[in-house]
Amino acid sequence: MKNIKDVKMLGTRDVYGDVLIELGTENKEIVVLDADLSSSTRTSKFAKKFPDRFFNMGVSEQDMMGTAAGFAAAGKIPFASTFAIFATGRAWEQVRQAICLPRLNVKIVATHAGITVGEDGASHHSTEDIALMRVLPNMTVIIPADGYETMALIRTIAKHKGPVYVRLSRDKFPVLYPENCEFEIGKAKVHSIGEDVNIIACGLMVSVSLEAAEELKMEGLSIGVINMSTIKPLDNDVILKAVKESGAIVTAEEHSIIGGLGGAVAEVISENRPAILKRIGINDRFGMSGSIADLLKHYGLTKENIKKTVYHVMEKKRSGGY
Amino acid sequence: MEVDIEHLKKIARQMRIDILTMLVEAGSGHTGGSLSAADIITVLYFYKMRHDPKNPKWEERDKFVLSKGHGAPALYAALGRAGYFGIEHFHTLRKMGSILRGHPNSTVTPGVEVCTGSLGQGLSQANGLALAARLDKKSTRVYVMLGDGETDEGQVWEAAMTSAHYKIDNLCAILDNNGLQIDGPNKEVMNIEPIVGKWRSFGWHVIEINGHEIGEIINALNEAERIKGQPTMIIAHTIKGKGVSFMENKVEYHGIAPTKDEYERAMKELGINEKY
Repeated sequence: MKNIKDVKMLGTRDVYGDVLIELGTENKEIVVLDADLSSSTRTSKFAKKFPDRFFNMGVSEQDMMGTAAGFAAAGKIPFASTFAIFATGRAWEQVRQAICLPRLNVKIVATHAGITVGEDGASHHSTEDIALMRVLPNMTVIIPADGYETMALIRTIAKHKGPVYVRLSRDKFPVLYPENCEFEIGKAKVHSIGEDVNIIACGLMVSVSLEAAEELKMEGLSIGVINMSTIKPLDNDVILKAVKESGAIVTAEEHSIIGGLGGAVAEVISENRPAILKRIGINDRFGMSGSIADLLKHYGLTKENIKKTVYHVMEKKRSGGY
Repeated sequence: MEVDIEHLKKIARQMRIDILTMLVEAGSGHTGGSLSAADIITVLYFYKMRHDPKNPKWEERDKFVLSKGHGAPALYAALGRAGYFGIEHFHTLRKMGSILRGHPNSTVTPGVEVCTGSLGQGLSQANGLALAARLDKKSTRVYVMLGDGETDEGQVWEAAMTSAHYKIDNLCAILDNNGLQIDGPNKEVMNIEPIVGKWRSFGWHVIEINGHEIGEIINALNEAERIKGQPTMIIAHTIKGKGVSFMENKVEYHGIAPTKDEYERAMKELGINEKY
């Protein structure tokens, strides 16, 4: 495991903007819609290159999702982008009725998810979007952990038929995977499986978990880290394998602990192989304004808190459970 | 095109008989708004739209979106009579396993283009269909029918701006302006007036017609096709429950099916099933 501090940083939204150009060149059926945030979501690059296939919908996310549905119903492959909270919250029922119910081929790629939007505060933070999208029938939910996984998954979903929600971030992520890495929908990336505790994470929390695991291993523990980049369909086999090996799981996500990755893992474990579980995430609270570093610390999305939680779980294991 | 208005009137009457037959057998559904839309939907499917029931996915077809999805029985009557599916399906409306769901669902009903039912969403979807046709240089025209109560929804006005901004002239919207919504007259529940001025100020070409006069409907749809550079809205003044005297302008027939007795009385007014 290389030292993450030394690796380069890459913005998942920057990669998205670049891959869209590549896809738009290859496939004339791809159209892109944005709700007046194209410079932030990076769809502005596509807009410049393919003005005829770019539709700025203004500040109207509900109309954007409905229009995207119409494009898809006519055989186009629409990518619809805006900030995560507006894509999933403001337009939730449009996504449900117009996109998921008819299982239309709309790719919702939202940026600025979680609390790493920073100073804009609670109105712009998206800490419920995984839950909101995961509950919808026919929806696929994907959260990349780095720029190259983003690159691979955007190419993959362009070929996949059906609605997809992709959760990207404002902030740059450390690069974890090679540039030519593969992405398969529904298949977790297993960094390692440990015998003491396994950490299942998504998005930014994958690299944070890897850092924590590195230190915990130095401290003599057997710790696994799994990047659960597809939240739906969930890779149940990997979760149950991790449970079988360690009997104790910690989940980590930049999202509410209710209904997101932690919730999904809890459902699988409790129905199949009950084990000790601790969820790290936003604990049923709204975000607030602050620097990204201060916010991550405040909400416990840090290497230190993951380590503390792992030790807490180890203690539970030793004392025989709950 | 030679127009046989009397023939279209006969179809519209048959549509009303089908609508009521479907609803009485289903035991639930939206009677008033299906009847108010029947003449317009008749003209669309049996005069104006280029479509092929034997080839529902024909690439160049015109498309219809029933944004006021609760008027589904009117759409199903048209699709069934046009030949998209056998009319024996009329007897299955709203029943388990039927291809005729409570609200239009494109995944199960041949000829239905998109899923509607949750109000306010159809115009956005119609914009997407029309813009896609324009990109592909297809001759497809897209028709979308909205309810008047439906225009309470904010998304309608977002979409109205989009249609005008993108100068979507292969799109024609029709407002089934029957004046009533579930809780009462629009004027009491949520006033939508001045509705003509609203659409005009949003950049639309607006035509006002009597939505039960076949000739006026035809003329308006033809005029819409000639308008370039902007979308057209046909404000069709209609009567909720049109065609059955004791249902006309009665708000209570918005969301209920006729009883057996009401059905018999309605059939007497509309006349027996007759071939057209």
